[in-house]
Amino acid sequence: MEIIKFLEAFTSENLLAKTSSRREAFSTFGVLGKKAAMAAIPFGLATSSSKTFAFQDQNAAIGALQLALTLEYLEAEFYLKALDSGVLPGGSRAEAIYEQISKHESAHVDFLIAGLGDEAVESPTFDFTSGGMFDPFNENGTGQEVAYAQLLALAQAFEDTGVRAYKGQAANLMGTAFLTPALQIHSVEARHASEIRRLRARIMETDLDQDALGWITLNNRGPGMPEATQDVYDGEENVSQGGVNLVTATGFDDVAVSQSYDEPMSGNTASAIAGLFIAS
Amino acid sequence: METTPAKVNLQEAKNENTNSRRQFLKIGGLAVVGTSLLLSCNNDDDGFTDPDEIFDLGSGDLGILNYAYALEQLEAAFYTRVMDGSYWMNASAEEKLVLEDLYKHEVIHREFFKAAITAAVNGDTNKVLPELEFDFTSVDFNNRDSVLATARVLEDTGVAAYNGAGTFLQTPDYLVIAGKIVSVEARHAAAIRSLYMDDAKAFAGDDIIDVNGLDLAKPPSEILDAVGQTGFIKTEFTANRLPKE
Repeated sequence: MEIIKFLEAFTSENLLAKTSSRREAFSTFGVLGKKAAMAAIPFGLATSSSKTFAFQDQNAAIGALQLALTLEYLEAEFYLKALDSGVLPGGSRAEAIYEQISKHESAHVDFLIAGLGDEAVESPTFDFTSGGMFDPFNENGTGQEVAYAQLLALAQAFEDTGVRAYKGQAANLMGTAFLTPALQIHSVEARHASEIRRLRARIMETDLDQDALGWITLNNRGPGMPEATQDVYDGEENVSQGGVNLVTATGFDDVAVSQSYDEPMSGNTASAIAGLFIAS
Repeated sequence: METTPAKVNLQEAKNENTNSRRQFLKIGGLAVVGTSLLLSCNNDDDGFTDPDEIFDLGSGDLGILNYAYALEQLEAAFYTRVMDGSYWMNASAEEKLVLEDLYKHEVIHREFFKAAITAAVNGDTNKVLPELEFDFTSVDFNNRDSVLATARVLEDTGVAAYNGAGTFLQTPDYLVIAGKIVSVEARHAAAIRSLYMDDAKAFAGDDIIDVNGLDLAKPPSEILDAVGQTGFIKTEFTANRLPKE
């Protein structure tokens, strides 16, 4: 399957060693993204019977889990470094929240490695500054306050991406034993996202409004989120589900309707977002 | 942006596996009290349902969608009542906003299932779960603890229910839509737990997330049994033909 070659590329040295800048990383993953799009599984083929999709989607399932593992590597390392950085106030509520999330993300890495066995990909080398764009661990002298804001913003972006990326892979896992565990990870990512969003709003002293709660409103990335995170939110403004326009059907506004559903993200979009933080 | 889904026919399969007529589950708390209260027939939009016939959720994807519709009806009815209670009216700004959003989201989920199931069975309302009646007398809507404790159970139950039902869905479009809903339920659950429980880690606490970092997933039988025990649902229905494996 093309998607597996695409995911193997994550660990291919010659491909990733050269991506020293954010721009290069982004364009590299842009190219890969097109390949991934071409490798997309035709969902229509999967509808006929459980036998059919269990058979033909085995490779797609592996690819889906490899993408998931890559995202979990990113999250796990991010939270470990965050807890080591000294940016989070010691003994704070924020620190407790990061500890809990860190525990889960590291567990997800172990769980997926065990599930994938020989098919497990190795961790890329991450650069959470994204080529100097951010300084979430205050390693480059940006100062505690700015670093803290970036630490929170990146956590929100990673969690909201995780929710959407798992959702985007669910159909590739149909008919396999991995579907239920993937759903169980997916909802944990959503719990994390909710908590981080509300924590962020509190620490940033954002006015309580529609964008400062635990759910995503339209395609709003939320107050104080860098523009670079907009890709995480594009598409979330959808108000129709299964052909039913829910603004029309319910009389609630598009804000409430869009909040009520999280939208899936394609594998290539998720890869491009992760790619911003992959040094090699 | 939203593509029109492939037309999915939810008319029940002819060869469904009903090896036993024994119902494995029936809920509706007041089965021995006056029959006129029990049955699902206060729906005013059809004249076809036999009042002596208890609604069965159905089999296959239809059964799972009706099951989700029942849970969303429960959540929506609960938060509708919260909006009328004195606790909500006097709650802190954050709690008020959160609960109002949950009310809206759950009503939207409920209305989605009603419309989507009705369309998928080509308007055959005999196959769509009727509007259920609820009894929330055990909840004190003027009391913060009572409201938030109930909300917490409903949201965590919703997450476990969707996580456990996903594997039974045969149609990818439905799996994706269920996935779109469950993560919002999980966002709700985290917020409610965070507001209600005196523990910074409660949003995804060790009481619900296991050592592998996995959330709960429970099969429909277990969920319906737990929901039945709350006594919240007055209208009797059965789940004799839901997929089990």
